[in-house]
Amino acid sequence: MNDERTAMAELSTQATATLLRELVAHLRQNRTQLREEWVRRITAAQLLTAMSREEIFAEATSVYDSYVEAVETGTVEALQAYARNLSERIIPRGVETNEVVGIVLLLRDVLARSLFAKYHGDVGVLNRVLDAYEPAANRIAITVAVGFVQQRERVIREQQEAIRLLSTPVLQVRERLLILPMIGLIDPQRARQLTEQLLRGIRTNRAKVVVIDVTGVAALDASVANHLVQTVDAARLLGATVIVTGLSPEIAQTLVNIGVDLGRMTTVGDLQGGIEEAERLLGYTVMSLKEAMALKESPPPA
Amino acid sequence: MQVPILKQGSYLIASIQSALTDADLVQLRESLVEQVGRYRSRGVIVDVTALDVMDSFASRILRDIATMIKLRGAETVIVGIDPDVALAMVRLGLNLEGVATSLDLEEGLAFLDMRTKNERRR
Repeated sequence: MNDERTAMAELSTQATATLLRELVAHLRQNRTQLREEWVRRITAAQLLTAMSREEIFAEATSVYDSYVEAVETGTVEALQAYARNLSERIIPRGVETNEVVGIVLLLRDVLARSLFAKYHGDVGVLNRVLDAYEPAANRIAITVAVGFVQQRERVIREQQEAIRLLSTPVLQVRERLLILPMIGLIDPQRARQLTEQLLRGIRTNRAKVVVIDVTGVAALDASVANHLVQTVDAARLLGATVIVTGLSPEIAQTLVNIGVDLGRMTTVGDLQGGIEEAERLLGYTVMSLKEAMALKESPPPA
Repeated sequence: MQVPILKQGSYLIASIQSALTDADLVQLRESLVEQVGRYRSRGVIVDVTALDVMDSFASRILRDIATMIKLRGAETVIVGIDPDVALAMVRLGLNLEGVATSLDLEEGLAFLDMRTKNERRR
């Protein structure tokens, strides 16, 4: 009984294999025409608008061949590699996931239509051909879509890592004076990292005054603003005074609107003003050589 | 464990060596407030370098010490708060508001010198 079933299964596998071969032959024969039909439908659906017609045609040819090969061999490894390679090239050009999935599904439909046209006379055969074709086609669609998404995620991960590595340096500009230029988007994770770096910097450089410059920060949300306040308080516990400089009009408005209490913070308009204020706190006076000479010759009355 | 209080010129230095119980903290507060008058000290330094935890009770005691010492006519400065402790404290809302803080003992001494520089040290 079991043998019989195995035999039948084998028979049906063989039949499927035969059908697949026939199918592949059909797809190869009509390559030019089907490919053109596909490109026409891609353009009609306004997919891949970031690419020129020639580019679409070239890519379509490669995808078509890989596709037919995948249907023939039943393995998707080669297609997977091609999808990854293709994704790598088109992601920087702003091609979206829906476009990639869209074109693969369009190809599936174009090929299915051509099968309908070829076998429409015999529904039995058509059914068997579709039974053989559909699983392969779906598997290919999934492979390409997953490949594209994975590639995108990889790009996003790399960029996140790059942003993380773009850590904000804590710089000593004078003895006991540190500056911390904050640049770009500050998320809670980065804010925490900044605070830890700053507090450690205060410890190692024995800083008395810290100037935090936020000129390069586009936006501050409530949680990051509160984090900034906490940083100022924590720095004070280490005996350092914090001066915040470069709060843009937008950020100033946001902070007041969301009601963050910045009353305890010293704020100065720009970095230059902040450094001057810090020097004053540290007891420095910066003057030009000429002024210094004049002062030396005729010291002001004490 | 009792906190040793050292007399250094016109300053008192309380150096906390290990984690303290609440009773130890209260004891420290009493000793400092008492001794600042006895030695006619101008300033008090509380060194908390060895503390790796600062709870709300401890920070309240530190604030009390600063306020009480002020009433006794001297300055207080807390020195040696660890960066991680500082961060944990502000997250708990323990800001030690109105209390002077310095990086370490040396800084604390310099701070007190500056605050009391108008007076001649004997």
